[in-house]
Amino acid sequence: MTLTPILTDTWDAERSWKLSTYEAAGGYDGLRAALAMEPGAVVQAVKDSGLRGRGGAGFPTGMKWGFLPPPDGGPRYLVVNADESEPGTCKDIPLMLTSPQHLIEGVIITSYAIGCHHAFIYVRGEVLHVYRRLLAAVEEAYAAGYLGKDVLGTGYDLEVTVHAGAGAYICGEETALLDSLEGLRGQPRLKPPFPAVAGLYARPTVVNNVESIASVPGIIKNGADWFAAMGTEKSQGHGLFSLSGHVQRPGQYEAPLGVTLRELLDLAGGMREGHELKFWTPGGSSTPIFTADQLDTPLDYESVGAAGSMLGTRALQIFDETVCVVRAVSRWTDFYAHESCGKCTPCREGTYWMKQVLHRLETGEGTDGDMDLLLDLCDNILGRAFCALGDGATSPVTSSIKLFRDEYQAHVDGHGCPFDPSAAALFLYTPKSARTPALAGAGGHR
Amino acid sequence: MTVTTPKPAAAEPGPVQKPDLVTFSVDGVELAVPKGTLVIRAAEQAGIQIPRFCDHPLLAPAGACRQCLVEVATPDREGNLRPMPKPQASCTLEATPGMVVKTQVTSPVADKAQQGVMELLLMNHPLDCPVCDKGGECPLQNQAMSNGRADSRFQDVKRRFPKPVTISTQILLDRERCVLCQRCTRFTEEIAGDTFIALQLRGAEQQIGRYDVDVLDGDARGGTAVDRPVGEAYPDTSGQPFSSYYSGNTVQICPVGALTSAAYRFRSRPFDLVSTPGIGEHDACGSAIRVDHRRGVVMRRLSGEDPVVNEEWITDKDRFAFTWQSAPDRVTTPLVRDVAEDGTKGELRPASWAEALEVAANGLSAARTAGGVGVLPGGRLTVEDAYAWSRFARTVLGTNDVDQRARVHSAEEAAFLAHSVAGTGVGVTFGDLEKAPAVLLVGLEAEEEAGVTFLRLRKGAERHGVKVFAVAPYASRGLDRMHGTLLPAAPGTEAEWLDGLRTRLTGGLLPPEAGSALLGPEIEALAQPGSVILVGERLAGSPGAYPAALALAEATGARLAWIPRRAGERGGVEAGLLPNLLPGGRPVTDPAARAEIAAAWGLTGTSIPAEPGLDTTGILDALSVGALGGVLVGGVELADLPDPAHARRALAAAGFVVSLEVRASEATRYADVVLPVAPPVERSGSYWNWEGRVRAFPAALDSSALPDHRVLDVLAAQLGTSLGAATPVEAHLAVAAPGPWTGLRATAPGGEAGEPPVVAPGHAVLASWRLMLDDARGQDGEAFLAGTAKRAVARMSAATAASFDVYDGDTVTLATDRGSVTVPVAVADMVDGVVWVPLASAGCRVHDTLGAVPGDLVRVERSEA
Repeated sequence: MTLTPILTDTWDAERSWKLSTYEAAGGYDGLRAALAMEPGAVVQAVKDSGLRGRGGAGFPTGMKWGFLPPPDGGPRYLVVNADESEPGTCKDIPLMLTSPQHLIEGVIITSYAIGCHHAFIYVRGEVLHVYRRLLAAVEEAYAAGYLGKDVLGTGYDLEVTVHAGAGAYICGEETALLDSLEGLRGQPRLKPPFPAVAGLYARPTVVNNVESIASVPGIIKNGADWFAAMGTEKSQGHGLFSLSGHVQRPGQYEAPLGVTLRELLDLAGGMREGHELKFWTPGGSSTPIFTADQLDTPLDYESVGAAGSMLGTRALQIFDETVCVVRAVSRWTDFYAHESCGKCTPCREGTYWMKQVLHRLETGEGTDGDMDLLLDLCDNILGRAFCALGDGATSPVTSSIKLFRDEYQAHVDGHGCPFDPSAAALFLYTPKSARTPALAGAGGHR
Repeated sequence: MTVTTPKPAAAEPGPVQKPDLVTFSVDGVELAVPKGTLVIRAAEQAGIQIPRFCDHPLLAPAGACRQCLVEVATPDREGNLRPMPKPQASCTLEATPGMVVKTQVTSPVADKAQQGVMELLLMNHPLDCPVCDKGGECPLQNQAMSNGRADSRFQDVKRRFPKPVTISTQILLDRERCVLCQRCTRFTEEIAGDTFIALQLRGAEQQIGRYDVDVLDGDARGGTAVDRPVGEAYPDTSGQPFSSYYSGNTVQICPVGALTSAAYRFRSRPFDLVSTPGIGEHDACGSAIRVDHRRGVVMRRLSGEDPVVNEEWITDKDRFAFTWQSAPDRVTTPLVRDVAEDGTKGELRPASWAEALEVAANGLSAARTAGGVGVLPGGRLTVEDAYAWSRFARTVLGTNDVDQRARVHSAEEAAFLAHSVAGTGVGVTFGDLEKAPAVLLVGLEAEEEAGVTFLRLRKGAERHGVKVFAVAPYASRGLDRMHGTLLPAAPGTEAEWLDGLRTRLTGGLLPPEAGSALLGPEIEALAQPGSVILVGERLAGSPGAYPAALALAEATGARLAWIPRRAGERGGVEAGLLPNLLPGGRPVTDPAARAEIAAAWGLTGTSIPAEPGLDTTGILDALSVGALGGVLVGGVELADLPDPAHARRALAAAGFVVSLEVRASEATRYADVVLPVAPPVERSGSYWNWEGRVRAFPAALDSSALPDHRVLDVLAAQLGTSLGAATPVEAHLAVAAPGPWTGLRATAPGGEAGEPPVVAPGHAVLASWRLMLDDARGQDGEAFLAGTAKRAVARMSAATAASFDVYDGDTVTLATDRGSVTVPVAVADMVDGVVWVPLASAGCRVHDTLGAVPGDLVRVERSEA
């Protein structure tokens, strides 16, 4: 298996983010091709390519576009979900940083295909540098005539608004994103109606991930067959694999879907010197963890699913044997407790509780029943929450207890963590002498 | 031949359309429910109660609490039943054909899901049920028992908050009890439209909060805050200081004890309370309420449920203002004024009923022969009382000098009421308002003067696109919240507007100066079938307005309804508490009408006078010059009359005054005999609300206090006449005795619009109406509620303010020869040359202090105070 640099092709170029760099590498050929096609044909091409949503859920992109009701004369919107916040996931942000025109060309083609004249890119507010770069890229595209009135002389108009969110994890959930974009409190909406029917400002709306949209130009330029030739039978095309953690060369590896971790680790120079793989996430912290047993599992939607996890955002966080799984899961759970939007009971209260139980376990104050309590709590959250974020919060807990129950038990029996945190650190690390009590002070939640 | 059936026209009366029914099953019970029915509602029909918190039938589904999870399977295209992978929230799930729902009753999965959610809700909930207001009637407590675990596995640190948050002087919030169901915030957004609380922060820190400059970047708007409450106030989400007339509803729908009312907090336990249904006595809407009392003391009032009237909402006034009924100045025994040998009047002293009745009877007899007795029964009577008063006036006192209107009134209004209100039965209903294409408000500020009507209008505007228009001097916040359109009118020019609308809607052309430029095409909706014109009692002060409203209604086909402020006025019109009317809309001048009434009342010797009598002003005039020998007064606040000073003189000059009163009032001072009567809570009876709907209520408290009809009955007996109103049942049946009137109705009122006054420099035309919460005695003894009343301000346009050299926030003095009031200026977008002040708020009593009525000119000057 070799890498397939498509989105990442020009990342190493001088001033890779400039429009000129992008054009020099054949950028905007896809747009020209698309504008020569009927919008319906563009949608069909994307359907034929087999492109599936790269934001985690893997829903066929072309089919999503096809859900829009027939035009009724009113506006319809494309909203790009660039609110990348999943722990471990770091693909959209480098893509927008290094090659924002990929996204913008994709936005124009997609907008043309779905009959949208105003597209929005909702980017996570903390990544100010990316926000700036996107603004500059959009400006360049306007100046070059790719955006605005009469795109490339075809009579097609498109405005693009780049919106900086305020950094809430929940705003990556598409309906919460829409509420946030409308200036409301970012909390998921009741579905139905689905965004395709009543999304932004209650108009038909397509919400797609950055990578999905950025993959569209290549499909149009090179053809659906070219794209479908990559990957596996049901998981076609290329994807960014983000390796982080205890690997020699962490980073973005763009490869066909179906690549295995073993292959990716080879490309990344293997594990940290002198250490072994202990566990890893295939698609960010919300996907159940894997161990070395899944090193050869093809990283496509079906195979990962069959192995008991999800391909998610292809955020491969690699942990070696120095890592305490209880500690890692506890940190992830802190994240979910902090980022729960608060709308529904299971996620809001469940993560608050799990966080305390995990801290208790980690510091050796756990009890024999705590693992079963956690599993039961997860059972009461999974599938009971309002949106998928509650489900995601249970994945690391359930999967880690399933795989490493002995390690949890060791924390209980030994009244403390058997691991040395500094051994896992990749940099000089001094453990804090005493943990701040998990819920010090009024409100408890820190 | 076509294959499609043509749709029947919406307005065409035809067979009731059968809704599309969906057949599905809940726990094996087959149900057929209208399409769109939520599973949680449908299950109720089968007697299956699914636990819930955020769900409320009158609010949009939220799906937030997840307590109502059920297991669901639906048939796929081939008809094979496919179970949904996750339990579904039944409060957001519409029933579909063939759906199979298993609730906690039959599904272990649903049961565990519900228990799991319950445990999560309880883990951060304080165990303060023994001191919590909600304990004993708490959905969380109840459902924790029915659908929760017996014990909690949570042994960690609970979330705590400092308590409580003061939202207004009346509403307190204990955040740690809150389960974040969002019922309260959804109520404020969807129903009342005065968003004063909102969700803040996220995750476990999420909480309901009031407007917080630290959280919401404080864009508090500058200028004088209009509608600022008297008490402590925080801005609402719009940055305006929060004032709501509906905030008490959030306390009632809170499924836990997080929102409490300051008045009731820690006062009693629900299981010690006895609940009696009641009817709100503070306005003419006839809201269903529930009176909760303990050992003869009313502890609180709640909204009742009446889908056709007030749904489940009431105003804060109906909810909290009940202490007036047990105020210390209650008259508990009859009082008789000592008269010295030389005829000088002495002090009132308690007397026995026997003595008081005798003195009253003798005095009234004498007064009757000495010119006659005027009757001022006030506008707050039950319909049973009103009939007794009407009959007492006509048969015992032999007079038509009877008028219930203790407010600005006119002969034109009496004619209007006789022509188009009395005896018309139920006309426009609350439901009609919700579905009307357009509603025109004239002389009526719905939120202030008929609170629940405002909620219905807003619901219509929000959900059914009802277009609301208001002829008023300025667009109130209420009108804004109904997305209404203002037809700006100075007081007294209502008739002009109505005539203009009639011309416009009948295809005529308006002269450009008639404001036609202000009328967009949307006004045409008013001519569509089903549209409604709501007129308020204030039109009595605007000559020609009632006739113009009638003419507009006739020309456009819009239906007309009259909304008075007081609870008893609609029933009083029905009972003939007007000088020109007998019961049932019978004109006094019609011999057949008089004969029917005489027959119904079993009159043989005496006859009902054939001439219309004096109205309130006429009675007071006649009293002051001695043309009338005496007066029978009931619950009239002299300060409410258009000229209180004149009324005081009249009563002082009256030969003999008998007063029927719940509490000592100004009239008591002039009374020769005071006969105590029962407040609504201590008697049964019925009001007619403005729709014409009978709103009967039982006595909540055991009491020896007598209702008006009983007092009048014994007084009549003392005078040798029978009123047939000795018992509530008798009095109630007496209402129906005359039967419907089939003769000619009174003729329509005539009347021309008056010329608007010439506004001299330094003067302005006075506009005014009563606010819901003001200085009225009905709110006595309720300090927390008083804190939510709006402060008095003088509203005027920027140009008008500039002409007086005042700006927003300055104070200004309004003066007449009689007196002056000084209030802060609030510049508003309104008609020039007009100044608005509240009619009877603290520090701003227009009738009493200024001796003025709306439409009068007042001097306005800058005040350095």
